[in-house]
Amino acid sequence: MSGEVAIIGAGMHPWGKWGRNFVEYGVAAAREALADAGIPWRDVGYVSGGATVRCGYPGYVAGATFAQALGWQGCEVNTSYAACASGSQALAAARNKILAGECEVALVVGADTTPKGFLAPAGGYRPEDPDWVRFYLGITNPTYFALYARRRMDVYGDTLEDFAAVKVKNAAIGSKNPRARYRKCFSAEDVAASAMVADPLRLMDICATSDGGAALIVCSLDYAKRIGKGDAPRVAAISTVTPSFASAVVEMPDIATDSAAAAGIDAHSFRASLPMKAYEEAGIGPEDVDVAEVYDLSTALELDWIEDLQLAPRGEAAQLLRRGDTAVGGKIPVNPSGGLACFGEAVPAQALAQVCELTWQLRGECGDRQVEGARVGITANQGLFGHGSSVIVKR
Amino acid sequence: MSSKPVQPAIEGWFTLSDTPQLIGSQCCGCGTYFFPKQDHYCKNPDCDSTEFQEALLSPRGRIWSYTNACYKPPAPFVAEEPFEPYAIAAVELEKERMTVLGQVVKGVGVEDLKVGMEMELVLETLHETDEDTKVTWKWRPVTDNGGQG
Ligand SMILES: [Zn+2]
Repeated sequence: MSGEVAIIGAGMHPWGKWGRNFVEYGVAAAREALADAGIPWRDVGYVSGGATVRCGYPGYVAGATFAQALGWQGCEVNTSYAACASGSQALAAARNKILAGECEVALVVGADTTPKGFLAPAGGYRPEDPDWVRFYLGITNPTYFALYARRRMDVYGDTLEDFAAVKVKNAAIGSKNPRARYRKCFSAEDVAASAMVADPLRLMDICATSDGGAALIVCSLDYAKRIGKGDAPRVAAISTVTPSFASAVVEMPDIATDSAAAAGIDAHSFRASLPMKAYEEAGIGPEDVDVAEVYDLSTALELDWIEDLQLAPRGEAAQLLRRGDTAVGGKIPVNPSGGLACFGEAVPAQALAQVCELTWQLRGECGDRQVEGARVGITANQGLFGHGSSVIVKR
Repeated sequence: MSSKPVQPAIEGWFTLSDTPQLIGSQCCGCGTYFFPKQDHYCKNPDCDSTEFQEALLSPRGRIWSYTNACYKPPAPFVAEEPFEPYAIAAVELEKERMTVLGQVVKGVGVEDLKVGMEMELVLETLHETDEDTKVTWKWRPVTDNGGQG
């Protein structure tokens, strides 16, 4: 299809709590991606970076920073900020540049160092800032994920054991991923023994924040063929749509949802709308998907995503999990990388890390974690301020 | 509650009466409600009205979901010492077709709550300062006798 670009290189700096400058992680990831593609840095005509994120807002300029660190060579640069979807937005910018015929090869890169200390708003009395208000009223980040989790329990009958099973599954597969931060296997008993943070979520149900860097080399199909990589995985769709009014789910940092009281307005789920545009753009459906990388900020959220991607009917993701269908070796493996449970979140790098994993999966290079015969993969993530993304990669 | 004067924790967000209500706004063009209050532009994509009126939101609704806080939140939250976990509910207001978060009153835990349960708005102390008692809205399960829980 004409709207596609090839992914000829992928690279990641291992996730961790390294405490070094984010540029180091980005450069390491970029160099690995360049080596993976087997092309020289001077061939790259466009560097598209995901801005670092500080308290939810854009931090450091990324595109030019990485281009300078790799050595100015006169390419064009771009920096994208879209919270958790920053990497996908940077990828979309690169794809569009290539499809417009303005460059042949682009480097897409995101990296971050987790700021020290607890995430909290600036001080003073600032009732005009919803983030300040909700902290003042005692509503923290885990509150939102716990609300979604508890609703699953009361409405669909999900159990604490189901949530623990997501952690056990992701820890088991992530333990085989050299790029993951947490590489220890856990049992359901371990999860049950961890401290309750926001009922029904325990410490081990909730993902941490990490340092990390991820990079992709994307190019025109012509260029890929010229260097003998005509069969490389391709980006078939990128969705970065906003929510549709009225948003039905209360989202961090808001204290209330939109109102759907006006005539002609219905309540919509943002998460569910993200993959719909991706499926449409790629001209495929959920039945074509072999593997998914989703944003498991909490264990229960992985189950929500499975339904949002339409890999299971609404309310039935836990049944898939219980049957082992979402494990590697099952019908539709979810988070074969180990997911955020094993990585922790490095915001501007995370959406790209999801695409890196799919690239390696579709090339059949994942060893112990390999999803056999994977040809189509999809990612999904959602973050602050109406940002989210879903990317489809196929071979 | 001590004998200190009662002040709203956030000025202008709720009434201080015996039957308190959240103070929102409503678009005069399309009827969309906003909480907190919004007076400048309407978020309905089909509406460009710039006229709004104050709207007191329904004091009752049903639980969309609930959780609790087992650990002391960071500032600006002012915690009691020792910290006591509290429940939090997201309550759906039928008329407004929106969901509003709030703490649940003291003495009611997650084990007492269920999705769909009817809740009503009450005022309770959020914290005290040297001069006054700061109150906020909280959700309380509606009991058969009219809510004296
Ligand atoms: Zn309106």
